[in-house]
Amino acid sequence: MHMIELVQIEKHFSGQVVVHPLSLTIKEGEFLTLLGPSGCGKTTILRMIAGFEQPTDGDIFLDGQKVTNLSPNRRDLNLVFQHYALFPHMTVEENIAFGLKMKKTPPSQQKERVEEALKMTQLTQLTKRYPHELSGGQQQRVAIARAIANKPKVLLLDEPLGALDLQLRKSLQTELKQLQRSLGITFIYVTHDQEEAMMLSDRIVIMNNGQVEQIGTPREIYETPRTLFAATFIGENNIFSSDGRLFAVRPENIRVVREINKASRKGTVQDIVYLGNVHKLIVQLDDEPMNVTAALDFADDRTWQIGEKVGVSWNPLHEVMVGS
Amino acid sequence: MKKLRLIHLPVMIWLILFLIIPILIVIGISFLQRDELGNLVYSFSLESYATFFDPLYLGIYMDTIWLSVVTTIICLLLSYPLAYYIANASPKIQTWGIILVTVPFWINFLIRTYAWVLLLRTQGTVNNLLIALGWIHEPIQMLYTKGAVLLGMVYTFVPFMVLPIYVAIEQMDRRLLDAASDLGATKWRAFLHITLPQTKSGIMTGCVLVYVSTTGMFVVTDILGGAKSAMLSNIIQSQFLGSRNWPFGAALSIIFVVTSLVLIFLFNRAMQSRYLAAREGK
Ligand SMILES: Nc1ncnc2c1ncn2[C@@H]1O[C@H](COP(=O)(O)OP(=O)(O)O)[C@@H](O)[C@H]1O
Ligand SMILES: [Mg+2]
Repeated sequence: MHMIELVQIEKHFSGQVVVHPLSLTIKEGEFLTLLGPSGCGKTTILRMIAGFEQPTDGDIFLDGQKVTNLSPNRRDLNLVFQHYALFPHMTVEENIAFGLKMKKTPPSQQKERVEEALKMTQLTQLTKRYPHELSGGQQQRVAIARAIANKPKVLLLDEPLGALDLQLRKSLQTELKQLQRSLGITFIYVTHDQEEAMMLSDRIVIMNNGQVEQIGTPREIYETPRTLFAATFIGENNIFSSDGRLFAVRPENIRVVREINKASRKGTVQDIVYLGNVHKLIVQLDDEPMNVTAALDFADDRTWQIGEKVGVSWNPLHEVMVGS
Repeated sequence: MKKLRLIHLPVMIWLILFLIIPILIVIGISFLQRDELGNLVYSFSLESYATFFDPLYLGIYMDTIWLSVVTTIICLLLSYPLAYYIANASPKIQTWGIILVTVPFWINFLIRTYAWVLLLRTQGTVNNLLIALGWIHEPIQMLYTKGAVLLGMVYTFVPFMVLPIYVAIEQMDRRLLDAASDLGATKWRAFLHITLPQTKSGIMTGCVLVYVSTTGMFVVTDILGGAKSAMLSNIIQSQFLGSRNWPFGAALSIIFVVTSLVLIFLFNRAMQSRYLAAREGK
């Protein structure tokens, strides 16, 4: 069943197209991510779904009901804001109860829901604190608790972990994923971090300059990028051109050999990168002004020297067309 | 509390020289006596404080508090909507709004107050207009009434209320309103639950400014109130400049400062939420 349906929505700001016509259906319980560089229109799309911006054209359906012209307070979904937007004059508890209070939920039920949300976000110890007495990670949890306490049909999250440091982000990613599974609520998640998108999402929408580059599961997007942008934005890739066509080969599909004549291209080892879980060679090609990145097999215990002449090759099956 | 630093020294010296010492002098004088010529007699006495309990002065004291409170409330009711409108308008209207609110300050205060005399007196603009319109047949006595004083006070101090409230609304994080709306709040409930508590500091500042300024203002009462509507500030002024009874003037001043401090303290207590207290304690 479709939970959200976007039908040719587009957005112009003072004559400038910020979101090109976009159609998208999102299933109930799906974790969908809008992924793209800063300024590509992700927040604008979320704000249109939440009701803070009117699409210049097109329609939005929520659970089969047209909501295009409904004000935000009348849409059964909640947004976790990029900078949390917690109410500074309310305690954690009051923040979380706010939505229920506005919807005139009976007090006993309010209490129950707030407690449930507190438990799910591990905030039970902090109920009486004010937002300024919390760390960034705790504030983030309150923002999420405040949204899920309303049991919305859809939860929109705008770079919710963007302001946190890497360690905290990693642990909150895991928590978010678990939360989404146990709630079964549809999530629309916005991020510019491709790794985060890969880790969390059922499907990813890759955006660039207000346009969709590709929609697919993390696997589809990684293995068969449709555009040059998608190929280079997600993970590392080597882009080759031959006969006016562009194709991409992932570093893990590149083989490096010492027998130069057996390889399709020749080059010089320019750098050796060892990261523990990855071991990479950067090879500067002789005939083309480009570097090829090759990820070495773990079983591979050959030693390499910078400056060494090598050949690189790949199985043509691993070539992915990304344009011409 | 923040540590005192060397950089605070000039301010501290300023405060000590021009605030603390004068107040101490006034307190000192209030316990002295005077001779028939009005010269200070340096012997301790509570006479000035006793004089205050004369029903005449007690009445004026209550009148003054009442006038100041009413002025503050009317200023607040007029200023909040105005400040709200200006703070939410386009940048151009905001600039013009603030200029218009402050324009009266560019004109000499006495001239502005005398302009009210021209408007309100028996042969004044308002009466003439009402008679010309046929709404009244006899001129109404507007000048030299308590109403005229109230009008003059409100007129004079509205900007003192508008400006701090405007700043508070202007500085408020508008995303909070988006968040409230997202959580199901109507515009009115978002105002009640978010905007109003978030701008409380502006309201408090404005109220204290207007209240304190009204209690200390004697020119408006002099010009628009005439002899019958004297406020405590007029009495204080006349004790120092007219009757040359400095100890009594000083005692009245001290009584008034203490009253204001107590009222402001109670007002703060009533207005201050746990949140503001927590913020300040931090
Ligand atoms: N209210 C607005 N008025 C004008 N331009 C806007 C407005 N909101 C966003 N934009 C522009 O739209 C583009 C997309 O912004 P946004 O959706 O915030 O991108 P993202 O969230 O992907 O970083 C940006 O170029 C931004 O400057
Ligand atoms: Mg954004």
